[in-house]
Amino acid sequence: MKVELRNLTKVFPSRDKKSGKDVTAVNNFTFEIPDGKLVGLLGPSGCGKSTTLYMISGLQQPTSGKIFFGEEDVTELAPENRGIGLVFQNYALYPHMTVQQNILFPLQNLRGKDKMTKEAMLERAYEAAKLVQIDELMDRKPSELSGGQQQRVAIARALVKMPRVLLLDEPLSNLDARLRLQTREEIRRIQKETGITTVFVTHDQEEAMSISDVIVVMKLGVVQQTGKPQEIYDNPTNLFVAKFLGTPPINVFKGRVENERLYIGENAVLDVKGVKDGNVTAAIRPEGFVLDENGPLVCELSNVEIMGRDVSIVSRHSESLNPTIRSIIDADNRIDATAEGVRFTLKPHKVFLFDAESEERLYFEV
Amino acid sequence: MDKVLTFLNTVFVQGFWKTFCVKWVWQTFCVKWVWQTFCVKWVYQTFCKDLVGKKLRFNSWKGWIYLLPAIILLLIFTVYPIFNTVMMAFTNNYDSLESIGGTSFEFGIDNFITVISSGDTFRTAILNTMLLCVVTVPLSTMLALLIAVALNSIKPLQKFFQTIFFLPYVTNSIAIGMVFAALFDVVGDFSKPYLVESWGFINTLLGKIGVQPVNWLDGIGVFGDATYWPKFAVLVIYIVWNALPFKILILLGGLQSVNKQYYEAAKIDSTPKWRVFTRITVPLLSPMIAYVVITGFIGGFKEYTSIIGIFGDSMADGQLYTMVGFIYDALPDAFYGEASAAALILFAIIFAVTMVNLYVSKKKTHY
Repeated sequence: MKVELRNLTKVFPSRDKKSGKDVTAVNNFTFEIPDGKLVGLLGPSGCGKSTTLYMISGLQQPTSGKIFFGEEDVTELAPENRGIGLVFQNYALYPHMTVQQNILFPLQNLRGKDKMTKEAMLERAYEAAKLVQIDELMDRKPSELSGGQQQRVAIARALVKMPRVLLLDEPLSNLDARLRLQTREEIRRIQKETGITTVFVTHDQEEAMSISDVIVVMKLGVVQQTGKPQEIYDNPTNLFVAKFLGTPPINVFKGRVENERLYIGENAVLDVKGVKDGNVTAAIRPEGFVLDENGPLVCELSNVEIMGRDVSIVSRHSESLNPTIRSIIDADNRIDATAEGVRFTLKPHKVFLFDAESEERLYFEV
Repeated sequence: MDKVLTFLNTVFVQGFWKTFCVKWVWQTFCVKWVWQTFCVKWVYQTFCKDLVGKKLRFNSWKGWIYLLPAIILLLIFTVYPIFNTVMMAFTNNYDSLESIGGTSFEFGIDNFITVISSGDTFRTAILNTMLLCVVTVPLSTMLALLIAVALNSIKPLQKFFQTIFFLPYVTNSIAIGMVFAALFDVVGDFSKPYLVESWGFINTLLGKIGVQPVNWLDGIGVFGDATYWPKFAVLVIYIVWNALPFKILILLGGLQSVNKQYYEAAKIDSTPKWRVFTRITVPLLSPMIAYVVITGFIGGFKEYTSIIGIFGDSMADGQLYTMVGFIYDALPDAFYGEASAAALILFAIIFAVTMVNLYVSKKKTHY
């Protein structure tokens, strides 16, 4: 089931009627979620990603705009009639029911022609439980489960009635780091197995990049960029997206362009064909640096962190907008950690230029 | 006007003072109970908090000085009376010994035997008390639950209604009782309708939907010749109404602390409203419901002021005797031994019922 959002806008009226301004949580969101894909809504807190999710679920009504499930307009449809499964951030498992009762609950609500026999319901519940691998825990109460197990129960409860769309609100935020890695793979596997169109919300770019088919990056209610994770990473449309994606974060410099050459400080560091002269913001991915004794970018070396597989060089530059520059170099390179300075050349496709004022991308020929 | 004066006269001169004193004693006991709880909490926080797992040592003399006023009051008004009650109850012929200034107190259970074999009065008291509890506690709990859920689901005027529903709690129960008596009272000779001056508010209301008038307070009317049930009905209505505010308050507090996401989850799973109530709201409220039921039973067993308030000192000519009524009635006649024995019996009953309650609620509640 593809989900289509057309000019979706949500305005929360201000609480203080006299002075306050209305808050636009989501502004003119248009996007088509392809059938059977896993889509990640990504953005810092307060960017309207959860609001978007709740509008898709029907728990919140859009101020304007339309939502389509396939060809069906569901904008006015009550949440219970949309055929969605929703996994809440804190799971919202009924604490007084066992895992089995929790999973059975949505099925027991079915009325009319969808009404199922007890055996059929149990069978479906066990199917769902097997899918998320909690069929051993059916008689436990939620309080007797670990965070990851609770999370799976919540997914099983959302899946058991075979929803048209599965919505996950910050599904991994309550899990510890190790479990988070494991569970996000799990979510990916379950989504692939069931083929249900899935939308999930996260503020963790790594999480979104690792499992999504498509990412939507949002900021202050406005969609910044949509696309496949790698495309967005390699080709951010503005400084916000460039800064938001990637760990370690991208290195940002004040720079200027003269005669199609990029200057950071005094030195010309890169040829940038097709960019007009003027002040720019240059963003360089950590892996965009190459150690070079005669390189044009001269930095003051702070320290070298050995990671095993590669080496992370922490350095400083007067034009850098970050306190330190972090560059990742292959561990085969030998580097003198006691040296005063370090020099780099840059990989052109890892360098992005942005207009200093509008922060929009300035493209150059590589 | 004369009638009002006569009414007030009867209630005040004949019964009010005693009732007032009794009521005052009860209320101070309640206040002290609260005191006690706080003291225990304070002691715990002062002395024991850091000592969990270690041997308890009370070596801070300052703490004891701070506690002293409370401890002295508790010793005089709570600890001593409890021991004294037990002692009086188990002293044979305490009453006669007392009146002749005797000193040779003899241990025994004669007082209990006197109480239990005192026949109709005691039996009526026990039956009435039980019946009141069994009828009023479930009734008021269910009503309170419905009202609390209704209150919780409205947005405008919620605080206003909350206050309205809480008013009975801060109103003197004797006053409420008198108002109830006035609502149900029939002024004039009920057997001669042409002589009746006023049928009372409730009868007038019932008359509008075609119900024959009932002489509630004297117990004549629809229920045939049985004079008991109309009075009992009035009493039940009063007690339920009076018990509502506290229960609503507790249940509403519970409801407001329930995570809204359970309801959102239920909504997405298209759960019918009734099922949301029975499968989600009630189980999540079960600790509060258990608390309300247990305290309701304890309060129910101590029912007294309501009866005095509505029916006056005679407690409807003894028809609506309760356990506490039985105890208090023995006091002016200086039957201290019997009264103490009855108090201990009441304590035993409340204790047993509360144990049963706790046992059931442990099985049924979800914490």
